[in-house]
Amino acid sequence: MSLDSPTFGCTDSPVRRERGQKAVFCGLTSIVWLHRKMQDAFFLVVGSRTCAHLLQAAAGVMIFAEPRFGTAVLEEQDLAGLADAHKELDREVAKLLERRPDIRQLFLVGSCPSEVLKLDLDRAAERLSGIHAPHVRVYSYTGSGLDTTFTQGEDTCLAAMVPTLETTQAEELLVVGALPDVVEDQCLSLLTQLGVGPVRMLPARRSDIEPAVGPNTRFILAQPFLGETAGALERRGAKRIVAPFPFGEEGTTLWLKAVADAYGVSAEKFEAVTAAPRARAKKAIAAHLETLNGKSLFMFPDSQLEIPLARFLARECGMKTTEIATPFLHKAIMAPDLALLPSNTALTEGQDLEAQLDRHEAINPDLTVCGLGLANPLEAKGHATKWAIELVFTPVHFYEQAGDLAGLFSRPLRRRALLNGGAA
Amino acid sequence: MKLTLWTYEGPPHVGAMRVATAMKDLQLVLHGPQGDTYADLLFTMIERRNARPPVSFSTFEASHMGTDTAILLKDALAAAHARYKPQAMAVALTCTAELLQDDPNGISRALGLPVPVVPLELPSYSRKENYGADETFRALVRALAVEMPRTPEVTCNLLGATALGFRHRDDVAEVTKLLATMGIKVNVCAPMGASPDDLRKLGQAHFNVLMYPETGESAARHLERACKQPFTKVVPIGVGATRDFLAEVSKITGLPVVTDESTLRQPWWSASVDSTYLTGKRVFIFGDGTHVIAAARIAAKEVGFEVVGMGCYNREMARPLRSAAAEYGLEALVTDDYLEVEKAIEAAAPELILGTQMERNIAKKLGLPCAVISAPVHVQDFPARYAPQMGFEGANVLFDTWVHPLVMGLEEHLLTMFREDFEFHDAAGASHHGGKAVAREETPVVPAAEAAPAATSDTPAAPSPVVDTPASGEIRWMPEAERELRKIPFFVRGKAKRNTELYAAHKGVCDITVETLYEAKAHYAR
Repeated sequence: MSLDSPTFGCTDSPVRRERGQKAVFCGLTSIVWLHRKMQDAFFLVVGSRTCAHLLQAAAGVMIFAEPRFGTAVLEEQDLAGLADAHKELDREVAKLLERRPDIRQLFLVGSCPSEVLKLDLDRAAERLSGIHAPHVRVYSYTGSGLDTTFTQGEDTCLAAMVPTLETTQAEELLVVGALPDVVEDQCLSLLTQLGVGPVRMLPARRSDIEPAVGPNTRFILAQPFLGETAGALERRGAKRIVAPFPFGEEGTTLWLKAVADAYGVSAEKFEAVTAAPRARAKKAIAAHLETLNGKSLFMFPDSQLEIPLARFLARECGMKTTEIATPFLHKAIMAPDLALLPSNTALTEGQDLEAQLDRHEAINPDLTVCGLGLANPLEAKGHATKWAIELVFTPVHFYEQAGDLAGLFSRPLRRRALLNGGAA
Repeated sequence: MKLTLWTYEGPPHVGAMRVATAMKDLQLVLHGPQGDTYADLLFTMIERRNARPPVSFSTFEASHMGTDTAILLKDALAAAHARYKPQAMAVALTCTAELLQDDPNGISRALGLPVPVVPLELPSYSRKENYGADETFRALVRALAVEMPRTPEVTCNLLGATALGFRHRDDVAEVTKLLATMGIKVNVCAPMGASPDDLRKLGQAHFNVLMYPETGESAARHLERACKQPFTKVVPIGVGATRDFLAEVSKITGLPVVTDESTLRQPWWSASVDSTYLTGKRVFIFGDGTHVIAAARIAAKEVGFEVVGMGCYNREMARPLRSAAAEYGLEALVTDDYLEVEKAIEAAAPELILGTQMERNIAKKLGLPCAVISAPVHVQDFPARYAPQMGFEGANVLFDTWVHPLVMGLEEHLLTMFREDFEFHDAAGASHHGGKAVAREETPVVPAAEAAPAATSDTPAAPSPVVDTPASGEIRWMPEAERELRKIPFFVRGKAKRNTELYAAHKGVCDITVETLYEAKAHYAR
């Protein structure tokens, strides 16, 4: 090993814990992808005009097809008496379900105002389930910014579904986390080739193919932000397969290997199934190495994908990690990725925006991963940035997307070079 | 409780952010949970601003509920002052903080900061974004502006331009130019570009130009009372309104009207024979009240369209909008529910929609041309080029913007003449627009007599995209009449269908035949 090779392992590294102003979305934002993933679900936020405005701003798009999400906007008269709020909610839900007979699952999503008002949405969900069963099942979970940050909204959503899943004694593998359809198909194909099965997905695309869970269920997380869901599945008796997350060639291989080992897949078979896609992934990543190798990386907290992505960028793309911040660090779930992260990485949990911006200015990294509110201001100051939100809105998991994932980080650097007249 | 799928306006604190972001050396502190910071991206992404909005957030969490939240707000105020050293601050509650018991006024007074801290009252559960902007600006002006001696030369203030406004940047430049031609200087433009110290100088101006009633009217009214400054009532959008505006300025100042119309092309572009095809085109207008009222006047009097529907989403403008609509014999639609707007547009069967980004989507769904005339803004509403809506250059811009989406004169004739052409047909859309030309769906050409033998010509037409299946007792399209309707080019088909149905209803005819269609055509001929 040469002298400048980094050493790896952040398992026992100190973590800077910060609180203060945050530049992050609240958990409601995860509705933007969840409502497209679950094709017979409607997400009804019980909140304020701010919630509705956030969702349309975060979605960044206008409505071409009628979306499967909306906000029951609380008004002055709802604040006065809570008994009324429940009646009003029942009325709005009835109207909605009448207009959308295709909806089979309705999620009542709690917000900051509904939480402060102590509007009991669990009770409302139970009552509405009673009214609209068996055609529609009604769940409730919180996407409130008081409790959840961005992707945590998916965690609270899935965790709310777990107790209602049927019980099974079957030996099944459950892959947990909303994945783009193309990625989900690739994942299932790899697992099938390994001879692993039956495999179920949570969330399922439709409620009629919803998975069951029980003591013989093994599950593996496909997204790193699902700590509460993992806990809920364990309480149902399911066993978690521990692995790094499937980003890049190495991450995907280790993720699949963990499943293969749990299922006793032979080394030969594993090699036979993964050799070709591994080579493809390495080749695709190599195209971006020239741009990324040796460049320094700073990540503002955003999606909880930061640690596995920093691991990928450091180990497979040769980037140098500086500060890597995440809104919430679930040490148990992150352990395999932390073990692979360069040991000189400065880890931060939470955020105190102004202080972090000062540190960022001092570090002056080559590439900054941050939210949309910060990207243009930082670009204007001369920093190359990557919008973090694109990382959750783009297929980035598993072998065939490894090159695209590297491309998301190399593009801002190549673009700067192009605009500065340099060759790219 | 009201189900909202999409909203024209954000909450009132976003209006406060629009005012603060437009200004300099002012820091706004918002008391709210994490997540409320999403609004930063509206400014940095949609408007491509190169700096963070001057807004600090207290960011409270569930664990702070109780007494801690007030301390967080106090700390956020102190930290924001220490870091940014603003000339003044404003503090407001977002929707969640409004439900807590914290008192921003008391907290900021107890802090004793060496700069004015203006508390804002923004009722999140009853008001919206425009109200928030208007009220924030009013509160700042009320706190800072005082009556003072006038400038020796005639000057005015420009009021109402904010961040995230529809072409505010260029309107300010255009109006400044208009006034300069008359020898009038701008004392302060606010909120856009003004510092709190500039607001202190508002009283020096001889009068105020209220550019956007949505965001500046309360401040203008306050200054009228407190500093005895008259304000202009005409918004100079369109040639006629610009001339009226200059006449109003002349009346206020006693200065003669001096204009430079050397670059004004809209009246001749409109009069030139190429524009004949614009005559009587049915237009539906929706947006904020100010832009809709102005657009209706231009459409009816300067371009020669027929206004067939108009409405606004901001209830505050309902009254002036209703009286403007009455001039065109219309009833104004005042709603912030886009589904209602969509219904009204369908019913009016316009040939052109002038609206917001939402109406652009509605237009796309209905296959109608559309031009955007009003906020809420989209990244496309911040063009790199100079594109004002106000003044004479604004009139030029509007002409181009509205006419471009339409099928052009000669093309319209060709489509009418050769309806059977397989390449150059309705569904292909206007030839100067992008998008893939689609081949026409080939329907077997069946001789009319065979398709609709006389014996069965009384049976109603099968359901089709052109006419809906009517309920019994209602007006029905006979197959031949429906085929004839299909031959009418798409950009006038809606009008023909509607006129024919109206005519049939008026005459008590249930079954529409080819004769009914042409009788209606003759009836509505102009």
